[in-house]
Amino acid sequence: MRVRTLAVALLAGGLALTACGKEGGPGDTGTAPSQQVAADVKVDGSPTFDKIKARGRVIVGVKEDQPGLGYKDPTSGKFTGFDIEIAKLVAAKLGYGDDKIDYKAIPSAGREQALINGDVDYYVGTYTINNKRKEQVGFAGPYYTAGQDLLVKKDDNSITGPETLKGKKVCSVTGSTPIQKVKTDGLTEPENIVELQTYSLCVEQLEQGAVDAVTTDDAILKGYASQSPTTLKVVGKTFSTEPYGIGLPKEDKALRGKINDILDEAINGGAWEAAYKATLGVSGSDADKPVIERY
Amino acid sequence: MSSVLFDVPGPRARLRHRLYAAIGILVLVAAIGFVLYRFADTGQFEGRKWSWLEYKNIQLTLGEALLNTLKAFALGAVFALLFGAIFAAGQLSDHKVIRVPSMVVVELFRAVPLVVLIFVFHYGVSLGSPLYSVVLGLTLYNGSVLAEVFRAGVLSLPRGQSEAAYAVGMRKTQVMRHVLLPQAVRAMLPAIISQLVVLLKDTALGFLITYDELLDFARDIGSQFQFGRPLVPVTIIVAAVYISMCLLLTWLATYLEKRSRRDKKVIALEKKPAEDVVAAAV
Amino acid sequence: MDVLLDNLDLYGPGFLNTVELFLISAVGSLVLGTILAMLRVAPVPVMRAMGTAYVTIVRNTPLTLVFFFFALAFPALGIVTADTFGGSAASLFYTAALFALTLYTAAFVCEVVRAGINTVPVGQAEASRALGLTFGQMLGSVVLPQATRAVVPPMMSTMIALLKNTTIAAGFSVFQAGSISANLAERGENQLIGLLWVAGFFVVLVIPMTLLQRSLEKRWSIAR
Repeated sequence: MRVRTLAVALLAGGLALTACGKEGGPGDTGTAPSQQVAADVKVDGSPTFDKIKARGRVIVGVKEDQPGLGYKDPTSGKFTGFDIEIAKLVAAKLGYGDDKIDYKAIPSAGREQALINGDVDYYVGTYTINNKRKEQVGFAGPYYTAGQDLLVKKDDNSITGPETLKGKKVCSVTGSTPIQKVKTDGLTEPENIVELQTYSLCVEQLEQGAVDAVTTDDAILKGYASQSPTTLKVVGKTFSTEPYGIGLPKEDKALRGKINDILDEAINGGAWEAAYKATLGVSGSDADKPVIERY
Repeated sequence: MSSVLFDVPGPRARLRHRLYAAIGILVLVAAIGFVLYRFADTGQFEGRKWSWLEYKNIQLTLGEALLNTLKAFALGAVFALLFGAIFAAGQLSDHKVIRVPSMVVVELFRAVPLVVLIFVFHYGVSLGSPLYSVVLGLTLYNGSVLAEVFRAGVLSLPRGQSEAAYAVGMRKTQVMRHVLLPQAVRAMLPAIISQLVVLLKDTALGFLITYDELLDFARDIGSQFQFGRPLVPVTIIVAAVYISMCLLLTWLATYLEKRSRRDKKVIALEKKPAEDVVAAAV
Repeated sequence: MDVLLDNLDLYGPGFLNTVELFLISAVGSLVLGTILAMLRVAPVPVMRAMGTAYVTIVRNTPLTLVFFFFALAFPALGIVTADTFGGSAASLFYTAALFALTLYTAAFVCEVVRAGINTVPVGQAEASRALGLTFGQMLGSVVLPQATRAVVPPMMSTMIALLKNTTIAAGFSVFQAGSISANLAERGENQLIGLLWVAGFFVVLVIPMTLLQRSLEKRWSIAR
């Protein structure tokens, strides 16, 4: 481990010699709403909350590669986005401020295992609630109702919904649910389907003009559109429903109830809207408030 | 200077050669000029597209990515050499029970594309961390090629070597361990190192299963909006890193070959069995 | 067996595309590689330098990186656009894959050809010149027949490698044998069995080529 650290330090040192190693990032924006930290919170009968209390910190599982949703700035190492704001909001109402949250980036494939192992206390990251997943983990929420949508260039008025995709080049991630839908519904010709490894590569192809549209959940697309609202837009005609929930350990019903209360309050108060406006809302698209579904 | 194809040039040929040289330089300059123009025209030289290099956190990430590449390479190389030695010995065994299965294993892993092997381990049997799948794939594929290299090396040694060893009363394993293998490894060193270069390059396949190595770094930074999506600049930097690493290894191979040629202890082989294997190291 | 039979519509076109990619880039890389080899043995230093530079750079670059460049980064340079190749997205990525495979393999073809030419002793060429053979006669009747023996076996190894390398296109939106498993996953099929079938087909394709290569190698090594 020490050798590894040393090697990284040496390498960084070498690079720093030539480039001086700037701290911070060029894209630092400080518009995120601040949260009131609650005091003396009690969640009776929640093993997860007891763990948090004993630790004195919250560990939240998030995505790190979804701009506007769950995104780790490679220059500053800071996490930003709508999912992050929701995670902060929940933590604050549980009694833990910004400085007491540890984010842990976990890709989609490792989410269930991380919750089962207890590596994270809860998970906020484009996590669609469905019955198959409910067999393994618990869900609070939904805190956002996403749906498959299309990201196009701002000046492109020829694509207005899924039925206008014929003859257009459509990009999404290899083996993902959205690309499957495009294939099975025959939304465009097979030779016009582009499958890449990440959405950011697709967005890049869209900006280069190699594809005409990127398709996946509107939340993810809004994240990209909020990065460059002058060149990209989300069509806004969803053709599936993906309720995003907060992933929790399956048996922790007490914490699930508590987080549902927190979300309910945030949605009906102004906190949810503030979080949305500061992140995904930058894209220029509005969103409907979700309705909590307790089970 | 005379080569197989060309005679020593006379005055007219020399003139023609100068003309060719001029044309060659012109074509080269035009090609480079065109590429530079396209770069400038599409804004690849803009400061913003290169500014990511300045940030400390990104430099650290680049360092981590490089370390991950080297880690996959080191683990893959060690295990592949072991695998190769074991299966070379297996292929050379006098017992059919050992020889035939070894040959089958080596042939099979050489015939299956490395991508498919890595996919089998990652998506088929879900080994978990992509590193495991990458290293296992690299080991089985390159180990099989190395087994062939070792075997060819042993077979290329003059028969007198083993005969003499048997004559002084050595046993089979002793002959192999003390006489044949050390000489074979030396004779095949260039081929072994070129296979290691292949192994180093193949670590980039980890990209396909999102192992955090250099190419994965290129994709991540290349899609950063705040730097204007610097895919071209970051590809150039990462390519330079790969090329220098491979050149270092190749240089090591040449150096070792030169040293061993000076070394009197190495037996001059009648034909070079290494050549085909080296040439095939794609 | 069910995985294979139920998804023949993936396996058939998948392997057909693999073979097509292989054949086109094989021809391309043989032509380009031979031209490069000519450059590398040319009597003009500039040409030799050009050939050497190309081979050194390309041979030491991972093929995945070459793919990455042509499929994802190259379009950013604006030399080709989506409409350059018939306008469909697939053709753009397919062309990128062809370029990557051809340019990469050409460097290895070049080395094989060059090594083959170098196995012919200079005395052979000198003797034929002394006999008054023209350049063409010397090449056709003396040098090339001897060089071929040294070239064909390793060239077959290079081509086998090319066939296997086509699977890397799986990560760059080109449908071929390597992308069958991702499509199987979408259909909810067992990926392990699906992948083992892919591996099996490659064994069937590659082993005969290997056997032919070995027998040629053996036959010609005795004759030399």
